[in-house]
Amino acid sequence: MVPVAWYLLLAALLFAIGTVGALTRRNGITIFLSIELMLNSVNLTLVAYSRLLDDRTGQLVVFFVLAVAAAEAAVGLALFIAVYRHRRTIDLDRVNLLRW
Amino acid sequence: MLFELGATAAKLGIFLVILLGLFAPVMVWVERRGSALIQDRPGPNRLGPLGILQPAADALKFFFKEDVTPALADRPLYLAAPVLGVLPALTTFVFIPFGPTVEIDGRAVPLVVSDASAGVLLFLAIASLGVYSLILAGYASNNKYSLLGGLRASAQLISYELAMMLAVVAVLIPVGSFRLTEVVAYQQELWTPAGMWNAVPQVVGFFIFMVAAFAETNRLPFDLPEAESELVAGFHTEYSAMRFAAFFMSEYIAMTTLSALAATLFLGGWSLFGLPEWAAAALAGLVGPYWLWMGLLGLFVLFFKVALFMALFVWVRWTFPRFRYDQLMRLGWKVLLPLALANVIGVAAATLAGWL
Amino acid sequence: MIETLIFLIFAALALASALVVVLHRNPIYSTMSLVVTLISLAVLFVLLGAPFIAALQVLIYTGAIVVLFLFVVMLLNVGREEIGEQRGLVQKGAAVVGAAAFLVIVGLTYLEGYGGAEMAPLDEEFVSLPGLAAELFGRYLLTFELVGLLLLVAVIAATVLAARPRPAVPAEGGALAEAAAVEPATEADERGAGVVTERPDGEDRLVASGGSAGGAG
Repeated sequence: MVPVAWYLLLAALLFAIGTVGALTRRNGITIFLSIELMLNSVNLTLVAYSRLLDDRTGQLVVFFVLAVAAAEAAVGLALFIAVYRHRRTIDLDRVNLLRW
Repeated sequence: MLFELGATAAKLGIFLVILLGLFAPVMVWVERRGSALIQDRPGPNRLGPLGILQPAADALKFFFKEDVTPALADRPLYLAAPVLGVLPALTTFVFIPFGPTVEIDGRAVPLVVSDASAGVLLFLAIASLGVYSLILAGYASNNKYSLLGGLRASAQLISYELAMMLAVVAVLIPVGSFRLTEVVAYQQELWTPAGMWNAVPQVVGFFIFMVAAFAETNRLPFDLPEAESELVAGFHTEYSAMRFAAFFMSEYIAMTTLSALAATLFLGGWSLFGLPEWAAAALAGLVGPYWLWMGLLGLFVLFFKVALFMALFVWVRWTFPRFRYDQLMRLGWKVLLPLALANVIGVAAATLAGWL
Repeated sequence: MIETLIFLIFAALALASALVVVLHRNPIYSTMSLVVTLISLAVLFVLLGAPFIAALQVLIYTGAIVVLFLFVVMLLNVGREEIGEQRGLVQKGAAVVGAAAFLVIVGLTYLEGYGGAEMAPLDEEFVSLPGLAAELFGRYLLTFELVGLLLLVAVIAATVLAARPRPAVPAEGGALAEAAAVEPATEADERGAGVVTERPDGEDRLVASGGSAGGAG
């Protein structure tokens, strides 16, 4: 039997790794992948809690998070395509026209 | 514990042997002789009677061909792509049942490698992983024709996956469960005491599934991404010898897998209106245990239906011209998807009315 | 015993591939490592008694979303991260320290709260799908419908955002005004998008992305 704390710690680790990736990388796609990693760590936490508390609400929330992540990925990638058309780069350090 | 492990290993072994040892080589022969029959020419007839040894000769040829790898290809992905095509196709077979739950030494053993509660869903999920081999093969070859072919093929695959899944959902609505064993059990009691195949009440769903299966396996009339006269050879342009043979084989195994799913969902799977059980009981009275005969007969019936579908695949391939890519995408999104949705609504209404 | 072994193997795999996602230079390898992470997480979901969610994870996330990622990476020819002005070490260090702080806080909270608490063994009813479906279409029906609406909005938004800029529609006037309107629009398109060529109108949007690859390839 695996203690629930292990699952939760694993999820926290994945979240931390995803955060570092989102804050450190310049490539837009890699940042997006790190965000997906964070979303997945949250999914793992939700399912672990659902098992711990014997309540299926956690699994259903994961279901909705999955759908929202799909929608977000679609729109985000469409934005990337639009940005690429105009700026010819995905390097988010170069897409800085709105900076002061 | 050990018994279960042994039983699972035995079932897995049977499937692997039948698939890799029987179906793959036989399909090569069937394809070539079948195409020759349709095109009114003899086909391979030099090697062995009726050209039976042709697949062996092809395998030898692939062994000895020079293995050329493009210089600037992305090596790890280039080498991984063919393997990534074969693995999902082989793995999905663990959910297909080939018999009822039989008693071996007092224990109930379901004649399916994995009776997962989300069986059909896991089947579709693992089958959808086959897209990666196409994309990676196209990308890793460092060749613009391969890249385009790979992207087109994978866009086609994910487009038709939707219609296929909706057709499967329509089948599952009256069954009320995701287990494939329950789908077969449902068909054994449908409408008549002997049962009825799902294809009869759900013709539309069956048609949608078959069309989507043709598109999923990149078979004519949907094989633009890999056709010989288009885009050189599509995503497998740069592959030669054994790697090309691996792609070839993964395509045949994917065809077999989808045919097995179609047979289980729409044609009753291993059951044949009660005949295999009756025959197994009769034979068990004479010699051998019941479970052995039941397993063998169930396997035979299942793979006979799969063979029928494979013959259909070959027949359609050499009869129809191929779709242009925009026609293909239009068909997938604007025709099949609404049709599949209407099918789901219709089946749900019929289930509520009590007809199914 | 076996469960612990499976958990350890796939947890290690998930962590290793997550590190590769975040650290690798090539975005294609990052994406493929994300696939490995997602599949390992799906196995962990099965261990936690959620086979439906595991199947959905593989079906939706790896079967569709990551494929979409790969499409975009290949269509836009996203190369390895260029050697340019690298982020300062201070910035990267701050990110790592922040993540580590989060980890310590959350980790201590978990260990404090749950320690080595084991979970009750799974019962058939929890894993069963009809129960999940009853809750989904019972208590959470409104949320379900709203999510469907959200997906519709996302589809429309993605189609509009990714569409190629079209020539302005002329208000009045005949062929001359139309030609005048098309001219500067095409030029602006050329300037903005480099070698993307104009394709005739009335094309299926989904072919547009394949077409742009054909134009650029």
